[in-house]
This record gives sequence, C-alpha cells and structure tokens, in this order.
Amino acid sequence: MTDLTAARVATRTSAQRLVSRLRTRETYREEITGTPGSRFLRHVVLIGLGLVMLYPLIWMVSASFKPSADVFNDTSLIPTQWDLGNYAEGWSALEFPFETYLYNSMVLAVLNILGNIISCSITAYCFARLRFPGRKIMFAMTLATMLLPSHVILIPQYIVFSKLGWINTYLPLTVPAFLATNAFFVFLLVQFMRGLPMELQDAARIDGCGPIRTYWSVILPLTTPALATVAIFTFIASWNDFFGPLLYLTDQMLFPVPLALRQFMSAQGASQWGPMFAMSIVSLLPVVGFFFIGQRYLINGIATTGMK
Amino acid sequence: MSSTTAERGVSSPRRRKGADAGDRVAYVLLIPWAIGMLFTLIPFGVSLYLAFTDYDLLTSPAWVGLENFAHFANDPKAATAAKVTLVYTFVAVPISLAVALGIALLLNRGVRGLPFYRSAFYLPSLIGASVAIVMLWRSIFGHAGVVNRFLAFFGIDGPGWTTDPDWALMTLVTLSVWGFGASMVIFLAGLRQIPRMYYEAASVDGATPARQFFSITMPLLSPVLFFNLVLGLIGSLQTFTQAYVFSGGTGGPADSTLFFNLYLYQQGFQRFDMGYASALAWIMFVVIAIFTAVNFLVSKYWVFYDD
Repeated sequence: MTDLTAARVATRTSAQRLVSRLRTRETYREEITGTPGSRFLRHVVLIGLGLVMLYPLIWMVSASFKPSADVFNDTSLIPTQWDLGNYAEGWSALEFPFETYLYNSMVLAVLNILGNIISCSITAYCFARLRFPGRKIMFAMTLATMLLPSHVILIPQYIVFSKLGWINTYLPLTVPAFLATNAFFVFLLVQFMRGLPMELQDAARIDGCGPIRTYWSVILPLTTPALATVAIFTFIASWNDFFGPLLYLTDQMLFPVPLALRQFMSAQGASQWGPMFAMSIVSLLPVVGFFFIGQRYLINGIATTGMK
Repeated sequence: MSSTTAERGVSSPRRRKGADAGDRVAYVLLIPWAIGMLFTLIPFGVSLYLAFTDYDLLTSPAWVGLENFAHFANDPKAATAAKVTLVYTFVAVPISLAVALGIALLLNRGVRGLPFYRSAFYLPSLIGASVAIVMLWRSIFGHAGVVNRFLAFFGIDGPGWTTDPDWALMTLVTLSVWGFGASMVIFLAGLRQIPRMYYEAASVDGATPARQFFSITMPLLSPVLFFNLVLGLIGSLQTFTQAYVFSGGTGGPADSTLFFNLYLYQQGFQRFDMGYASALAWIMFVVIAIFTAVNFLVSKYWVFYDD
C-alpha cells in the first residue's frame, strides 16, 4: 500500500502542478528531436499503427451502411450503395425501439454523474480541507477500498439488494454513486483540492463563511476541472457498464444500451450483421462525442490516478 | 499508509484554536461516505462467511465448512477457468505494456500532430470493453472476417479465431492489446516529468541513446511502469464483459474463454450457488492479493524512487 501510494505520487506532480497543467493547453510541442529522416520514419510508424488501430472502427462504420449480405463479401471500405436501411431496421429490431434503451442509459449516466459529483466532492472536501479527529484513518480506509476487487463484495450486495426488492430497478446501479463509493474519484478530488491555496479558505473564514459555505462558494467552483474529469469518466463507465445491468435488470423495458445491443448476437453469432453494426455505431457515438469534448480532462485524469 | 500523502498540503497553515470545533460538521457531511463504507466493508466480511456455506438465496445459508474449497480443488471447470485467466493475463499484460511504452517513447520524442496521435491511440481503450466492440471483434475475426481475408492476401490460411479453442483466447488478447492507450497516456505523463537536463548532461558525457534509455529513462520511469503493471494485472485477472459477450455467456468454444469471473457469475447468478461463488470470489481475491504482494516485493529490486 505504501508503495502503491508512492507509485501514485510518482506518476503525477503535485496537485498544484496539475491545476496549472489543466489550465495551460498543450505544452508538448516544445521540441521536436531527430533528423528529418528519422522524423519522417516516426510518422510512418505512427500513421501505420494508427491505421491498424482505427481500421476496425472504420470498417464497422462502412459495414453499417452495407446490406447484411454484403458485409463480408464486399471488401471495399466505401460501400457501393449507401444504405441507411440498417439503421432503420436496427432501431426497431428489438422488443422496444432503440430510443428506449438510449433513454435508459442516459438516465443511468445522469444519475451516476450527479451522485459521484455531489458525494465525492463533499467527501473529498472533508478529507482535503477540514480538520477533525479521525480524518486520516478515514481517508486511509477510502484508499484501502480501492484494493478490494468488486466481485468479493458483489454477492452479499446482490443479496441485500434483492432482499430490499431492488432487483429490476435502477437503485442498485445508482444509489452507490451517491454514497461516495468510488474511491478513485475521492482520491482524485482530494489531490486536486489540496492544491488550491489555503489562503482562499482562510479569507472565506475571516469573511464569516462556515465550512459548508466555503465548500459551496469557494472550493467547489475552483474544483470544476477535476469535477469535469469525474463527470466524463463516470459517463463513460456508466454508458459502457454491462455487468451491473446484467446482474440487476431482467425487464427489457429497463435495459440500457449494452444489454439491448447484446441481443443482436447469440452464442452462435449474429445473423443481422448490418443492423447490429448500425446500432453498435449508435451506442458508441455518445462515448466518442464525450471523448472529443472532454479529452483534456480525461487525459489529465488518467495521468493522475491511472483510471481507465 | 497514506499518512505521508494525507499530511501534505494541510500541515502548513495551522489553524487557531477553536477552528477545529467548526470542522466537526465534517462528521455530518461524511454520513453518505460512512454508509457507503459500511456497504463495502460489511459485504466483504459476509462474503467470507458465505464461502463456508451452502446458500441458494431462498433458504438460509447452511454451514458446510470447507466443502466449497474442497469442491474447488476437484472442479475441472474451475481449474480451466483459472488457467484461462492466468494465460490471458500473462500474455496480454506484457504485450500491452510493451506496446504502450514503445509508442509513448516515440511520441515523447516530440512529434508534430501529437494530440492527434494521442487521441487515435487513446480512444480504443475507452471503448475496448464495450459490448459493441466485443461484437465487432467477433465479426472481424469470424470465419469470413476481415482478419482472415487479410491473412489470405499473404497466402496464410487463418485459423478459426472465434471457433477454434486454441485461438479464441488469443483473439481476446488482441482486443486487450488494442486498448493499450490508457497505459500509454500514463507513460507519457511519466516521461514528461523526467528533466531534460539529465539527457543533456548525459550527451555531454558521451552517453549513447541506448545508454540514456537504460540509465535515465528506465530507472526514472520504473515507478510508472510498476504502477501500470499492478493495475494491468489486477484489471486483467477480473476480465468479464469481453468473455461474456464474446462467448454468449458460455465461455466457449470448449471453455477456452471461460474466465474466472465468468465462471463465478455462472455459479452464483445462473446456478444460484452463492456459497460456492463466494468461495471462488475469495480464492480470486487471495490470488490477486498474492500477485500484488509479490509485485511489491519484487519491485524493491527494479523500481527506483527518486525521493
């Protein structure tokens, strides 16, 4: 544990530098090394690898516009005929129209984002900015839970949720977010808040702000970049989450996108290739969109905590 | 454990007496956290208890002593699941880290268009475990898939990536390697913190690039490599979604993608053998803990801390 903390410390600068890094844009370009020849070679390698990496995605986009029969026969990446039929067909191929699943996923994502932002920021504020007996041990406990694999607590949690009658509701998938159970986010926010100048808080105190007012009016607004990181990570994790919904939801009407999408493929494989790829694209678009909007926060977040 | 980090930053401006009392509001603010903590710690204990019981969720748990663990020792499917998970981890993690490090080094040399490359390499890691991508993987590696067409172009008769038990796991390994971007970003952040002047001083002294890599880059990057290694192992041992979607929940073909977590799920939530599933969960927990502990012990010999 000591070393893990040390490793974490080593992977990032102080929170202060993080703040400034979040504020200054790209600082990478400082120096470009190597001869023109080696620079060219570097680009060749990178572009080649980039194409290999992105090829499956490009192929899927292309396949989503082809008639199912052509998906594996027509090898060209540009479909001979652009067919939106797959999207129409895929949208209504399952028990409910696809917007039901998109809406469900969105509800889960929004609730999780709200829960994490509120509960983790309050918790982090207590650990980073307030002084009270037991603070250190409580923060240490939070860090220790990061090492607990989730499957160890899974079964008892499932039992509790089922005894509470929460199966087939969104409660098991959202309530934990409101209880600051994501130690990574608490850790990220604590690191960030520690980097904020203490004088601000003292000034607020002199002006008569209590701890809660200070949190709301001083600390929270300054923590926005880190909260953005939390929000984007939460969105992606919630949007992609398959295991939680698989465990707790059996009612089609409540299915989020991943559970719905899986129905396109059985153990034997898929038959409706075109519609499956079309809906796959639809399911990925929000994540890709968030990625492009929030890249900066994501990359800073991952560099700080190593979250994926 | 966290005392060093916890003290940092808060120690400097000491509060005057009386300020402490005001901060007791923290105990109120931390109520949700406390409930969440209980909701983590109590299940942790309960699952250990359940591991020694026979429990199907309907009748109350019946104490069976070590029976679940004895069953595990004689359960060929559990042995297969353990093997699949370990093989996957030992193949996928080193390859992913090597690729991530290689690309990070390349990018760190300063490249025009770096943000573009970084995005292109990072994006897959965000969606690699999503249902859409696993289904895509199954398709492009399928019988008439793109991969075999590509291999055929070179005159290679590609295997049945998704149907041949010898290759199905490797197909998932490629998916894991495809998601190297997250580690790459961490490597890049680590590389940027190595002061330029070390390299300048080394070149003045006539150190070759190879020498610089082994004497400067590797030691100073070793904590980051270690961090990525620990996270990679822990994450890899807990793989679930990829295996479930890839095999339609069966772990097939011929149990070749029966990951430990998938087997746990089958036992606990399809057969409702919660006692055995809890035992499996604890076995996995202990194995992960041992791996991590060994990692930390060995790290003393190769991880270099600057402080």
